[in-house]
Amino acid sequence: MAKELLKGNVAIAEAAIRAGVQAYFGYPITPQTELLEHMSLRMPQLGRVFLQAESELAAINMVYGAASAGVRVMTSSSGPGFSLMQEGLSYIACSEVPVVLVDIMRGGPGLGNIQPTQADYNQLTKSAGHGDFRSIVLAPSTVQEAIDLTVLAFDLAEKYRTIVIVAGDGMIGQMMEPAELPAMHALRSARPDWALTGAKGRQKNVISSLRLNADNLEDVNKRLQAKINRIRAAEARYEQVLTDDAEILIVAFGTTARIAKTAIREARRQGIPAGLLRPITLFPFPNAPFKELSVGSQQAKGVKAILVVEMSAGQMVEDVQLAVQGRLPVRFYGRTGGAVPLPDEILDQILMLAHRMDEAPTSGESFAMAA
Amino acid sequence: MQEQWVEQTVYQRPESLSKNPTHYCPGCTHGLIHKLIGEVIDELAIRERTIAVAPVGCSVLLYNYFELDSAEAAHGRAPAMATGLKRVQPDKIVFTYQGDGDLASIGIAEIMWAAIRGENITTFFINNAIYGMTGGQMAPTSLPGQVTGSSPLGRDVEMTGMPIQMAEILAGLPGTTYAVRRSVHDIRTIKDAKKAIRTAFRVQMAGAGFSFIEFLSSCPTNWGLTPSRALDWIRQNMVPYYPLGDYKVADIVKELR
Amino acid sequence: MQEEMIFSGFGGQGALFAGMVLAYAGMDSGKNLTWIPSYGPEMRGGTAHVTVIIGDEEIGSPITRYPSAAMALNSPSLEKYEPLVKEGGVLVYNSSLISRVHQRSDIRYIPVPANEVATNLGNVKMANMVALGALVAVTKVLPLEAVAQALRDHLPESKRDLVEPNLEALRRGAELGTSVVP
Repeated sequence: MAKELLKGNVAIAEAAIRAGVQAYFGYPITPQTELLEHMSLRMPQLGRVFLQAESELAAINMVYGAASAGVRVMTSSSGPGFSLMQEGLSYIACSEVPVVLVDIMRGGPGLGNIQPTQADYNQLTKSAGHGDFRSIVLAPSTVQEAIDLTVLAFDLAEKYRTIVIVAGDGMIGQMMEPAELPAMHALRSARPDWALTGAKGRQKNVISSLRLNADNLEDVNKRLQAKINRIRAAEARYEQVLTDDAEILIVAFGTTARIAKTAIREARRQGIPAGLLRPITLFPFPNAPFKELSVGSQQAKGVKAILVVEMSAGQMVEDVQLAVQGRLPVRFYGRTGGAVPLPDEILDQILMLAHRMDEAPTSGESFAMAA
Repeated sequence: MQEQWVEQTVYQRPESLSKNPTHYCPGCTHGLIHKLIGEVIDELAIRERTIAVAPVGCSVLLYNYFELDSAEAAHGRAPAMATGLKRVQPDKIVFTYQGDGDLASIGIAEIMWAAIRGENITTFFINNAIYGMTGGQMAPTSLPGQVTGSSPLGRDVEMTGMPIQMAEILAGLPGTTYAVRRSVHDIRTIKDAKKAIRTAFRVQMAGAGFSFIEFLSSCPTNWGLTPSRALDWIRQNMVPYYPLGDYKVADIVKELR
Repeated sequence: MQEEMIFSGFGGQGALFAGMVLAYAGMDSGKNLTWIPSYGPEMRGGTAHVTVIIGDEEIGSPITRYPSAAMALNSPSLEKYEPLVKEGGVLVYNSSLISRVHQRSDIRYIPVPANEVATNLGNVKMANMVALGALVAVTKVLPLEAVAQALRDHLPESKRDLVEPNLEALRRGAELGTSVVP
């Protein structure tokens, strides 16, 4: 198929349609509204379900209902709306129905603004609702990847009967890039055997997150944790750019990662071997490439310092530190509130880091975090 | 001459009800309303395509008592969950069963919007003027002066407003096809209630829009009354504020009868 | 080789559309590109801008602090981007609405009377195409013909009748642009 010039929000919506989403429920919120608008036009054209809910709270519970019927279903929102959806997400996680969500992050906390951020990282990866659960979180860096990961999201959601979140930001939602959409996926007519389709010729099915007995609920939790561990083992995804000879390794995801790529190119032009490790899955966090890093020193080639760059106050830093396990200094540069780190800012950080490494060997020493 | 005894079944458990004993308190009318719903589902032969959505509250375990595909919704969100279930499979019969806290307090937005959209689902609203499951706190439908766990001096309507009359409110919305209030405090009201359940399901089967029945229901435990006194309390105290009757019967409903 | 351009003007002047025409031309020419608008309250009046980056390599950052070229359709846009254009870069501005002493000597100023030219061609709304023609001709980011073809290919069916006048605006802008540059 030929490339089309597509806005991120529209690309995600159309990718979901091609992936066979049968129902969309949502509520308008900037900067994801084009996604909902695209759905409002296309879904009825295709004889599928589109409904603008009265709130995100209602939207996620409509999603819960449709998912309980065993069809591919999704919603999309941004921070303030996502917070309202946390109640439903916790129920969905416990009931183990597959659901795809898109969070096009905007500045916060509170009403904040509509500029891009990545400050929902902790909420999405660690605490998308009460109780013990994790969702798979996919972070696209380009419009093409937003399409590909949206398709993948539906497959993973069904494979693991879990929540999968496509985590973008206002920039990727609003940006246009040439990209290729997948072919139209045939709608699945068969429903999973657990779905609520009416108890015809079988025992009744029940979708519930209620387990009044502690042992029963612990069993549910054990099953959820086992599933999460299978996800950890099998689904971590990442990209490495110019890491073979890198001495300064930038860790960034989503649009920030591509901004960092520009800074890395410029740093290399100035003779500083910088590279990029980009987590594509924020959960499961890709620990393996950090374990495989060769740690450099004045004598040995290898990475001498890590620079985490985020549009947040450093929410991913803890995950990087856990993956690095103290073997390397981890430094942070971030912008918050909808401000975007520009390539020259990141380059300055790289130059400062390179300069400090020349001045004093840093193996074993940890830099203070600086925002 | 010896008499010939012929065995004849005059009553049996509806197929739509399970054999599990309910957890409801003695004298509580939840079980009675379950039975009426189960009987109507059997009579309409829709058991195999009916999906129940349970609330949070005393009837949270409803799915244990019906032999139906069932979902357990978040507190107040049953109408939204039912909307999702119904929209993707319009051939199914979907009903919510909700108490007064669930429907009229935390879930007021979801029930209003299900009605406003004319969502083709049925809602059974159990109004017993109290939060039962949490042990007897003030409900949005508690009567003026009613003593509860969270209105120990009696409901002060100056502070909390007047009790909410859901059948009347929902009847005022164009999307509502059928909105009535019934009770189950004596044989006559029970019979009327069952007829209304039948009508409500028939509205949905005809794809005619949102159907709603408010039931006045007893809570002897939290009212501090014996079961029979509790039924009297409905008649004496609730019916005057919550008059039984038909608040919205769209023309299409008359054709169904 | 990568051109990083900002198109800016009052809401309704068509800065975003000019950027989009160029983006389509870039895509149809097999280039990599990004198009990212300012979004939100600015849409409701005030100054709107879009960043378009076109290059042969994968595009890293879709935004830039220091564009290699900028198009200013109104005065606030000029004031905002004049100091930011890269050394040796290009600043195309709408001289119908902007008269201002050039503050820098290390960039190329391309004044284009875009409103007058567009008005003479029949519609002031085509000022954006006049300015785009000048920007394309001066930066040589793409062949002018590729941009013209993008207009023909991507203007919605309902606006077919506007193709020819817009092509003329583009050509006139290109002539004016090249006449400024020695």
